[in-house]
Amino acid sequence: MMTEGIPLEYFLIVSTLMFFIGIFGFLTRKNLITMLMSIELILNSVNINFVAFNSYLYPHQMQGQFYSLIIIAVAAAEAAVAIAIIINIYRNFRSIETDKVDEMKY
Amino acid sequence: MTFQDILLMRHELLLSVLMLLILIIDLMLKGESRKSLIPVSLTLFLGVVIIGFLPASEGSIFGGMYKTNGTTLLMKNILNIATLIVFLQSAAWLKKEENNQKLAEFFILILSTLIGMNLMISSGDFLMFYIGLETATIPLAALAAYTHHQTKSAEAGIKLILSSALSSGILLYGISMIYGTTGSVYFTEVAAKWSNEPLNIMAFIFFFSGMAFKISLVPFHLWTADVYEGAPVNVTSYLSVVSKGSAAFVLMTVLYTVFPAMVEHWQTVLYVIAVLTMTIGNLFALRQKNMKRFLAFSSIAQAGFILLGIIGASQLGMTTTIFFVLTYVFTNLAAFGVVSAISNETGKENMDDYNGLYQTNPKLSLLLMLALFSLAGIPPVAGFFGKFFLFASAASQSFYWLVFIAVVNATISLYYYLLPVKAIFINKNENPIPSFKSDVYTRTGLIIAALGTLLIGLLSISYEYIASLSYGLQ
Repeated sequence: MMTEGIPLEYFLIVSTLMFFIGIFGFLTRKNLITMLMSIELILNSVNINFVAFNSYLYPHQMQGQFYSLIIIAVAAAEAAVAIAIIINIYRNFRSIETDKVDEMKY
Repeated sequence: MTFQDILLMRHELLLSVLMLLILIIDLMLKGESRKSLIPVSLTLFLGVVIIGFLPASEGSIFGGMYKTNGTTLLMKNILNIATLIVFLQSAAWLKKEENNQKLAEFFILILSTLIGMNLMISSGDFLMFYIGLETATIPLAALAAYTHHQTKSAEAGIKLILSSALSSGILLYGISMIYGTTGSVYFTEVAAKWSNEPLNIMAFIFFFSGMAFKISLVPFHLWTADVYEGAPVNVTSYLSVVSKGSAAFVLMTVLYTVFPAMVEHWQTVLYVIAVLTMTIGNLFALRQKNMKRFLAFSSIAQAGFILLGIIGASQLGMTTTIFFVLTYVFTNLAAFGVVSAISNETGKENMDDYNGLYQTNPKLSLLLMLALFSLAGIPPVAGFFGKFFLFASAASQSFYWLVFIAVVNATISLYYYLLPVKAIFINKNENPIPSFKSDVYTRTGLIIAALGTLLIGLLSISYEYIASLSYGLQ
């Protein structure tokens, strides 16, 4: 195994960091595309979790790897729809900043 | 796996075939003849709904990833009926010139979300559950942005897709932790290996947050009102009835089948969230002037009531939850049907525009009053029985304070549900909405919803049938 010598905890620390950087980015960024990128970070941190758990703790089966493959596929579909809507937002508002897209409040 | 086994997926297969058929029929129609797609799709979908009621065998396929039994069939049939009513009510809106080019998309997107919800209800492991969840969510964002030249609709779409993507990210993080601690994503294996360690509890909280977002429970409700206001009325009614109902079903089945070992923990979580959801949903509904936002906050409050059924954690809990969703389907669709009929005819959606409606459109006014009374829980309409049984379920687990808070909230809700009624019957208006006659689809949809609202509560057979199919913690 290529990951010999690296304990599982290291992977979990990286994935946890990525998860919370993603949440932080989603909450603080004003640009819709950057918010989408933050969500991709979150999904990738989940992928790391699944693959790391799979190969360290349950090497005799592959459920975790299958799961992360499906997540990658679904994330692509999600990004496609989101970007289509962002293009539509740009046509309507001439901007993709969240400050401008605020017709409805409370 | 034999041919017979494939037929267990009857609902999903029929819906997929219907989707492809609509796509092909759409290719053959040009110009004005495109409108004939509406009656064709409606007839075909009616066929699917009827076939769904035929008796079916139970079983599981794909190594336990997909399973079906009487309860899942019942839930799918409830969702099918609700979707049929939504289709009937949206016909008048779809006939408009601006929607001529994208008629088929409406049907196809709604049907694909319905397939996702059916897969989610039937799922036997977290992988199928996740695929169903995303299939049920992503097309909804496209539907919310359906009238793409309107700024509000585009805004609703982006708000829905971004916040649902974030919530599924949080949900997945929870599932990855569950996989890490139990070594499986199958519901039965996870339930067998579950232990109440801190890491497991954290995984559950993450998972629950993701689900709470889908049902729009406080504090995960912030997207709801904006999306409901911005989306086209008929998409809003689909979101608030079918999408929310399916998510409630799934949350209940997952809690009962996967997490029975930590029932005290999730009962505490549900207790707090239910109190918050009912109270905050009600308080915000008080100040709404737009009918769609008003119904959005009312549906948040109703979601809080649904938790009272789920918290029962028994056969009674499941029965009351399914029964309440059934009454909620008819009631809310009656309310949204009237709002959508008026919005399609005049474009007016504010509560002030409803002043004096009774003089010009007495039938619609009476129906809206019936629906609002049912939402508030006034006997003898269905909503009363739904709420009554929910309270019984929570009381059976000795959550008397929760029931008390729920009763107080139901009383508060009576005030704002009567505001539109007051506008319709008492408030004076120089120029009320002119008298108009809806087309045959809208009227059929409204009549079905009204009959359901009146009869579901009075016919005890519906409750007994649901009780015979329900199960408690496993």
